[in-house]
Amino acid sequence: MQTHPSSESLPPLVSSLVAPLPKPPMEALLSTLTRRLVARRPDLIRRLGDVVRVPIAIVPDDLPHAFLLSLDPDNSRVRICDKSRIGDARAIVRAPFLALLGLLDGTYDGDALFFSRDLRIEGRTEHVLALRNTLEEADLTPGEFFGLSGQSADWVNTISDKLLGQVRAFAQKSAHADCSRQKLS
Amino acid sequence: MRSTEAKQMELVCPAGTPAALRAAAEAGADAIYCGLANETNARNFPGLNFSPEELADGVAFAHRKGSKVLVAINTFARAGDVDLWREAVDTAAQSGADAVIAADLAVLDHAASNHPDLRLHLSVQAAANTPEAIRFYADTFGVKRVVLPRVLSVPEIAALNKEINVETEVFVFGGLCVMTEGRCSLSSYATGKSPNLTGVCSPPEHVDYTEDADGRLLARLGGFTIDSFEAGQAAGYPTLCKGQFTAEGKTGYLFEDPVSLNAFELLGELSKAGVTALKIEGRQRGKAYIAGVVGAFRKAVDSLSDGGDPGPAIGALKAFSEGGRQTAGSYKKTWR
Repeated sequence: MQTHPSSESLPPLVSSLVAPLPKPPMEALLSTLTRRLVARRPDLIRRLGDVVRVPIAIVPDDLPHAFLLSLDPDNSRVRICDKSRIGDARAIVRAPFLALLGLLDGTYDGDALFFSRDLRIEGRTEHVLALRNTLEEADLTPGEFFGLSGQSADWVNTISDKLLGQVRAFAQKSAHADCSRQKLS
Repeated sequence: MRSTEAKQMELVCPAGTPAALRAAAEAGADAIYCGLANETNARNFPGLNFSPEELADGVAFAHRKGSKVLVAINTFARAGDVDLWREAVDTAAQSGADAVIAADLAVLDHAASNHPDLRLHLSVQAAANTPEAIRFYADTFGVKRVVLPRVLSVPEIAALNKEINVETEVFVFGGLCVMTEGRCSLSSYATGKSPNLTGVCSPPEHVDYTEDADGRLLARLGGFTIDSFEAGQAAGYPTLCKGQFTAEGKTGYLFEDPVSLNAFELLGELSKAGVTALKIEGRQRGKAYIAGVVGAFRKAVDSLSDGGDPGPAIGALKAFSEGGRQTAGSYKKTWR
């Protein structure tokens, strides 16, 4: 069942640690994995319809960078850029990082996140809707994203679930501690 | 006249994608309704719905799990271009679906004439809410079930059931249309499109949102600002029926606030009223919604016979509701 994602924002320390990491290797890895996923699942491109090749910005509130995603049958790309440099995007999706991950893996419902104001969208609403519905159908597990199958995929999924659970619990604790500090001050 | 002897009501659940269909079947849906990826169904949104192949696969999966599949072909066929709707009925029949949900007379006629073994349900879009109208559809096309508009109270449903000999299905959770379905054109005044013609209420290409520096969210439809939400205030769908209007110096919600239906507390009364099936709205929603809502209502329906406590599961559904609020809608007409 859904918890409240706004209580799952990553502590600012995480953003500070991520900020200096080099972008090109991460871009290359994410782009390659996305291209392989699209090659394995051509049904996803069909479902995207008019959104193919349309750049959409995914902006985690609690990380320093934005992800500019462009899905294409042959040349899908994920670009990591400063939040101030997403001018190319036809639509923008903003939410806490763990909420965005929860949308990917089906933990959260997009409309519910919109109602609670954890998720905000700007630009072409129809593009966001098509991407959201395509990701819903992708039923994406970490194992599948890494192109694994069978036992190795199960192993990666189990480890990822546990890790993500711990990160969520840590984020919630951190948020509650912040809240208590604010009440005392 | 139908017997109103209480038996377990069927839980009819939404699926906008094959993944959602699988989630609904796994969560205990008795039946799953879905549509083809075109304007023949009233949830014709980008990225949503099924190809003919996905539909056939989905039917096979659902049947293995013990769930039925109902295919919504419930928009009104375009004059001079009825083939798309006829082909949709043929596709549904070929997929092995258990029933078609239709509203248009031409669609019903095509199904009854060409697929006599295909069960027909009358869509809520037909807005049939009188014994005379329902009997017409039953006698003419062999309709076996009618989905009732969300404008009737429970006593009105009980009275109606005593006068008809077809099954009735009512909405119990999800988005709340406050108009008599099939007769609402509000969306078309702002966008040129409506649920009945093109399968979309507030089509997304006409919707946009902006958030100002104070965190206030403005929702626009067809260029008209139709609602605003202060920072932290729960938001709703960008529909005109739940928009704010200003008249004579006063601004407020004219038809309905942003709110969703939850008729959980009325399940016992609906059963006694002779209702056959309970419908959950939300083909546009994600797997988390499907699993959460279907699972909770599975417990709720089962609790009518096994005495379980579905309260906590139902209580947790508030987060899925528009504006973070719920209502029993017209089932309890407290304003009368």
